Amino acid sequence: MADQSTNSVAFVRTEEVPASPPPANAAGPVKWMRENLFSTPVNTVLTIVAAYVIFKIITGAFPWFANGIWNSQSLAECREILQGTTGGCFSVLSERWNQLLFGFKYPPELYWRPTLAFVIFLLAAAPVLFFKLPRKLLIVTALFPFIAYWLIWGGSILTPLLALAGVAGGYVVYSRFVTNNFAMGFFGGIIAAFLIWTIGGSILPDGTITDGPMQSVPSRDLGGFMLNLMLGVTCVSLSLPIGIALALGRQSSMPFIKYVCVIFIEFIRGVPLITLLFVASVMLAYFFPPEATVDLFLRVVIMITLFSSAYIAEVIRGGLAALPKGQYEAADSLGLDYAQAMRLIILPQALKISIPGIVNVAVGLFKDTTLVSVISMFDLVGMIRGPILASTEWNGVYWELWLAASVLFFIVCYGISQYSQWLERQLATGHR
Amino acid sequence: MAEAQMKVSDEVAITIQNMNKWYGTFHVLRDIDLTVNRGERIVICGPSGSGKSTLIRCINALEEHQAGSIEVDGTLLSSDLKNIDKIRSEVGMCFQHFNLFPHLTILENCTLAPIWVRKIPKKEAEETAMHFLEKVKIPDQANKYPGQLSGGQQQRVAIARSLCMKPRIMLFDEPTSALDPEMIKEVLDTMIELAEEGMTMLCVTHEMGFARQVANRVIFMDAGQIVEQNEPEEFFNNPKSERTQLFLSQILGH
Repeated sequence: MADQSTNSVAFVRTEEVPASPPPANAAGPVKWMRENLFSTPVNTVLTIVAAYVIFKIITGAFPWFANGIWNSQSLAECREILQGTTGGCFSVLSERWNQLLFGFKYPPELYWRPTLAFVIFLLAAAPVLFFKLPRKLLIVTALFPFIAYWLIWGGSILTPLLALAGVAGGYVVYSRFVTNNFAMGFFGGIIAAFLIWTIGGSILPDGTITDGPMQSVPSRDLGGFMLNLMLGVTCVSLSLPIGIALALGRQSSMPFIKYVCVIFIEFIRGVPLITLLFVASVMLAYFFPPEATVDLFLRVVIMITLFSSAYIAEVIRGGLAALPKGQYEAADSLGLDYAQAMRLIILPQALKISIPGIVNVAVGLFKDTTLVSVISMFDLVGMIRGPILASTEWNGVYWELWLAASVLFFIVCYGISQYSQWLERQLATGHR
Repeated sequence: MAEAQMKVSDEVAITIQNMNKWYGTFHVLRDIDLTVNRGERIVICGPSGSGKSTLIRCINALEEHQAGSIEVDGTLLSSDLKNIDKIRSEVGMCFQHFNLFPHLTILENCTLAPIWVRKIPKKEAEETAMHFLEKVKIPDQANKYPGQLSGGQQQRVAIARSLCMKPRIMLFDEPTSALDPEMIKEVLDTMIELAEEGMTMLCVTHEMGFARQVANRVIFMDAGQIVEQNEPEEFFNNPKSERTQLFLSQILGH
């Protein structure tokens, strides 16, 4: 200090200024409110108006929820109980709950099967979503598609076992040849799988079972929120790898691959999903051999998957473009080949950048599964619009039903969104 | 500086003959002829845009050349991917912006290529990595991510990462030009140590002190051509070409 009091410009710091906490009045709720709610006269007025609006909404909606009727058998009965007072007829939910979840044709004594499949789904998804769980759980994930198929559609266990055998056989062939040549392993594996499926399919007896706990349930009997979840899970998990392949293909230096990918992406993005779904329900049969009866569920899955994979490809392309060129060069200069560089260096970073975009597509896709109600599949929206609202008991119960549908979708979509934000925080490793 | 340790052998490491490269119609490298013996330390300098970075990037095929030949350790660089991979695993490279992999820890950065390219068991690769991290004096940072390190530390990790592949030749593309003065020294010290061990090195750099101390040959490039090359003493004290004199007067002028 003595140095500064003189008129000399020379100054030498002799002791460090210690770091100290901020003054006490720079924190706390009163300060927060003063700064954020009442900082100017205009803000104060806006705050009061907003508080009034919120108050009116809550007081208006509260009796509707509080006086809600949960145990009547029809709308008429519900109105009788209410006798003109405000109140929701939530009894439509309690009475038709199973239909909302499983559709109106799924045999009620078999509801345990999709429920069990859902529980196993949670187990199977866990190791994929949370890396810290033991890797052995991935066995459940690998077997899940076959178990779920068997549980939901029922029938002989030989059918999913054959499918599993085909995948296993394809994998064996792939791992045998992939060390020599990736293309040979890849196509060899696919051919092997198809061989097993075709030969096995011609040997196996028809797997339909007409009664008992594992009786067959045809696809047209699936419905309700279960159908939305099935379509959403299947299509998201299929479109992610296809989207990655398309994004990489679009960057390829091989013109043929590049233009196939570009044309595919641009075409699919230029067409509304609803037209693709109509194609699936009406026209896709023309592309298969006449004797083949391709299941409507499968046709819809193919179309939604193609649609969302084009979007995911574009999102991932954005992630790839955001990576500095130096990352590719560093991978090259270390002698990594294309597949290694992509898998170990480029994709982990590009996918991390793309998480918000991918989640955006996934959430959109999940909500778009309600569009299948237009091609007369009875998903949650189809159930509400069709069998429930058209019934004599519940004709006219709009608010309660659509609110319930919104809540079901919101829970899933908000969950996905929260997970993605958690994942981004987990993967953050300082600056890029 | 122990000159005796820094012997240059007669064995040829890199031969570049009559090499030309174009970016579109722009002729970036013109008739480059260069022979590098094993153990040589070559500093390449020149004004920006003179093609010095492009030249060393051609040596490990990060850039393609269109005419002439490049031979590294007896392997001819062609469009054959096998030859390119072979050369890349022999030649280490350090970049101006380090190019560490930000999603991997320091240790994983160093072990990735040995494990996947050289197929070395993970444990052995980690031991090698720790050895080289000790050599560049940052073994205690092994489990951090690149984003948590200073620029100088990151560049030393990048050097260690290259060394883990046990390369016979190291290329440095302006390794210190993105660094603060305090950090330049720690990186240069690492490079000097490497030179003393007899590593064949090609460095694009503007650190003339480093060139004087370490290089046994300095190459000056301008407009895509090698204008002058000489031993450092002669090069700095008695430059022959006018262009070199101008360049040296500008960078040493203050």
